[in-house]
Amino acid sequence: MAINDKHIDAILETYPAKVKRNRKKHILIKDSAQAHQEIEANTRTIPGIITNRGCAYAGCKGVVLGPIKDMVHITHGPIGCGYYSWLTRRNKAKTPEGGQNFLSYCVSTDMQESDIVFGGEKKLARMIDEVMDIFKPNAVTVSATCPVGLIGDDIGAVAKAAQEKHGIPVLSFNCEGYKGVSQSAGHHIANNGIMDKIIGQGELIETPACYSINFLGEYNIGGDSWEIHRVLEDIGYHVVSVLTGDGSYETIKNAHVADLNLVQCHRSINYIADMLEKKYGTPWLKVNFIGVTSTIESLRNMALYFGDKDLIRRTEEVIARELARIEPVLDQYKKICEGKTAFCFVGGSRGHHYQGLFAELGIETVLAGYEFAHRDDYEGREVIPAIKTDADSKNIPDLHVEPDRKYFKLKLSPEKAEELKKRIPLSNYPGMIANMKDGHIITDDLNHYETEEFIKLLKPDIFASGIKDKFIPQKMGIPSKQLHSYDYSGPYAGFGGAVKFAEDIAMAFTSPTWNFISTPWKDKPLLEGAMQKEGH
Amino acid sequence: MLEHTPKEIKERKGGMINPAKTCQPIGAMYAALGIHKCLPHSHGSQGCCSYHRMHLTRHFRDPIMASTSSFTEGACVFGGGANLKTAIKNVFAIYDPDVMAIHTTCLTETIGDDIPSYLGSAEIPDGKIVIHANTPSYAGSHVTGFANMTKGMVTYLAEATTDTNKEQVNIIPGFVNPGDMREIKRLTKSMGINFIMFPDTSGVVDSPMTGKFEMFPRGGAKVEDIRDTGNSKLTIALGSFASTDAAIQLERKCKVPAKTLKTPIGIKATDEFLMALRAAFISEIPYELEEERGQLVDIMTDTHYHFHGQRVAVFGDPDVVIGLTEFILSLGMVPVHVLTGTPGAAFEKEIKAMLLEAGLKANVKANGDLFELQQWIKNEPVDLLLGNTYGKYISRAEDIPFVRVGFPVLDRSVHSYMPIVGYQGAMRLVEMISNALLDRADRDAADEDFELVM
Repeated sequence: MAINDKHIDAILETYPAKVKRNRKKHILIKDSAQAHQEIEANTRTIPGIITNRGCAYAGCKGVVLGPIKDMVHITHGPIGCGYYSWLTRRNKAKTPEGGQNFLSYCVSTDMQESDIVFGGEKKLARMIDEVMDIFKPNAVTVSATCPVGLIGDDIGAVAKAAQEKHGIPVLSFNCEGYKGVSQSAGHHIANNGIMDKIIGQGELIETPACYSINFLGEYNIGGDSWEIHRVLEDIGYHVVSVLTGDGSYETIKNAHVADLNLVQCHRSINYIADMLEKKYGTPWLKVNFIGVTSTIESLRNMALYFGDKDLIRRTEEVIARELARIEPVLDQYKKICEGKTAFCFVGGSRGHHYQGLFAELGIETVLAGYEFAHRDDYEGREVIPAIKTDADSKNIPDLHVEPDRKYFKLKLSPEKAEELKKRIPLSNYPGMIANMKDGHIITDDLNHYETEEFIKLLKPDIFASGIKDKFIPQKMGIPSKQLHSYDYSGPYAGFGGAVKFAEDIAMAFTSPTWNFISTPWKDKPLLEGAMQKEGH
Repeated sequence: MLEHTPKEIKERKGGMINPAKTCQPIGAMYAALGIHKCLPHSHGSQGCCSYHRMHLTRHFRDPIMASTSSFTEGACVFGGGANLKTAIKNVFAIYDPDVMAIHTTCLTETIGDDIPSYLGSAEIPDGKIVIHANTPSYAGSHVTGFANMTKGMVTYLAEATTDTNKEQVNIIPGFVNPGDMREIKRLTKSMGINFIMFPDTSGVVDSPMTGKFEMFPRGGAKVEDIRDTGNSKLTIALGSFASTDAAIQLERKCKVPAKTLKTPIGIKATDEFLMALRAAFISEIPYELEEERGQLVDIMTDTHYHFHGQRVAVFGDPDVVIGLTEFILSLGMVPVHVLTGTPGAAFEKEIKAMLLEAGLKANVKANGDLFELQQWIKNEPVDLLLGNTYGKYISRAEDIPFVRVGFPVLDRSVHSYMPIVGYQGAMRLVEMISNALLDRADRDAADEDFELVM
């Protein structure tokens, strides 16, 4: 059915006037007849609206820092924050031979009333001492939670003193939950710390192998990063570091030597991507390894960047080999999925990335959106100069970097870069809206009420989102797929991931359990037996 | 797996490593879901609310609804009154619950937001109710949060309106699963006693699939019933940590006598629960419950050689762990390590008294963590580990049979529907424990020792 503004207005009618005005700006119907469609994003959440958003602490410690496996991540706060971010995102990590992996540990200062009253700095210093004594990690992070900023604990000073005392890096992050308006503030805060205190600390001066890359904004959920690695290494790339899935302090500190940075999740890591370019002269390429077409395009763009004939040949060989392997399998699942529709509402990047993979299975994404992306993730990076930082986000510091005297090296001549930019998304991301079809809905910070209303309006065949709303469409008889945790499956990235995803989606459609929702005695007349007798 | 945990135990004072507790508001949110047509509201920044909904959803595999004040930095400076008032207006306009139950977080407690004064000037539609509880995350644990919100229900709602007390009992079930609440209600019903259970999450977080999403499912204690608790003859608080505060508040406010019992896990605690009800209301406990009890004793006797003398480590929430410890002692097992993350001297006192009576000694700790529990196990190994999902890491690292019980269980299904309380729940525990031990015996047996009949 064709959706128009009237449908949206009817949904918004329930809202108090102020809410209605606000929400209207966060919902768009794609219309390619318009030169440019603007959406409001990255603004404060409406109190009481039942948002899906989390906080800056989750964005900093939970998303970006947490996956770094050889660092101990200390949460300075009461117990909840550390506890809820303990093993709940599936950022997998292998323990290297003789190496360290602390991901199964949750370390919290467990602040008590007395710490709120008298300050928690001493307890934090004590915790760092204990961590050093027990774990002897390569480095330590300290993440702040809501009360820390309010009571004025100076975690920067505690970290600095601990670093001097123990002789290893101790990084502090002021990612109090109330900062900014969502997880996004936490990404920015984490990016600043990693850029300032980790990258460039390694001893490497030059890349140890040719075609060396960093993989940015990839958190190895369900093994995604490993599946991509398999193909990249097969082609002949050398992965210097991944930020931060299965990442380590030991590898990230040498990220400055890579020839190219790949950006998978633009929202969470574009700050570092930009800063690496300014400080070390390394360009970044927007890639998307979700979906077969996007994976192939990303691999070809990478080959174009390096422009080496052997590399291009090897890229095509690997693509052909992988396609021959997966296409017959995908065709089977495509038969089940063809012609269906999906909602795709995920954090700050997958709302876009999964649309291609759905399309390859014959599923059209009729509504998509993000919890906490900014306008550039919707509209493309060219709108960045036009974005005004509002009062709620103005206190998130920007880190300004200069070309590094020792390590800056122009990896690409300006002429070559300009030429490439015409062909590949070099230091650029065109955003989600560009990829959507006319008539489809884009919604920012989708809430519970709108979720229900849009489901009633559009009746999607599958609902892709997170754990908090998974069971809501399911109660309505609509299959639901978690695109944060992958419903504990995966990998979904790369060629192998596309097959796994197709298998899981087909399973969601074909499970016999949906056939039992209606109760048989509610459909059948009570007097069935007697009626038949009368007929004889 | 957990390979960085050393055997040598040193005193730690810097906080927790691998906690055996979480923070107050999630308990308050769970309690509030036990009121019919209630929307829990988290007054703080929205991260807390998302984490708590997420965690409860993973345990129950059901939608968990709650709203939040969504603090920004500005609200931290100027106070959250405007956020709360906006939230109240929006919640009633958009979601239309009968009740909003507000709890707080470490943020709003630290800045000292005064909820009652905000409520005084909030737009609350006619016939709608807003209650609140203060739940600072830096004190106690999620169990404390449950207790605080349950007490808040009494403070706001309970009323003594009749001259004589009604022949009915108030039951506060404590921080247990909906399956347990159903079982406690079944036991009480089968004795023919009128009761009011609050909070009651059965029918809310274990709702059926009908093809229709109900934001406020059928279950939950009704407001009029919670009001009527002020007219009851007796309040039974099951579990001192989760339930006593509300029962005492009811005694203070409405003169309903309060009696605290153990969470009825295992045979002794269930006996005590039934006898307390009998003493107040009836002359005889019906035969069907006697039969159930006899079946349980029969099973315990039939299988005692599976358990007797087996060494056990148990951890979790204090009321549940107290019940479990008593039951494993009844089975002839030996508790070696008993730990809760929730602070409180009463826990250690109660467990130590049981051990003393049994002539045993064990490591017992309140306000402990799983890092220390694992160290204890390294020093004094056990045959069985009982606890929530987080125990699976220790179970794997130390190769110990593991039974999932308590909150949260995030990696198995169905558990929240099935009771661990009452005689039926005790039978289920016996089955789970013996399955774990016998599966291990099978796994470890040499071919020639592999048995058909065990």
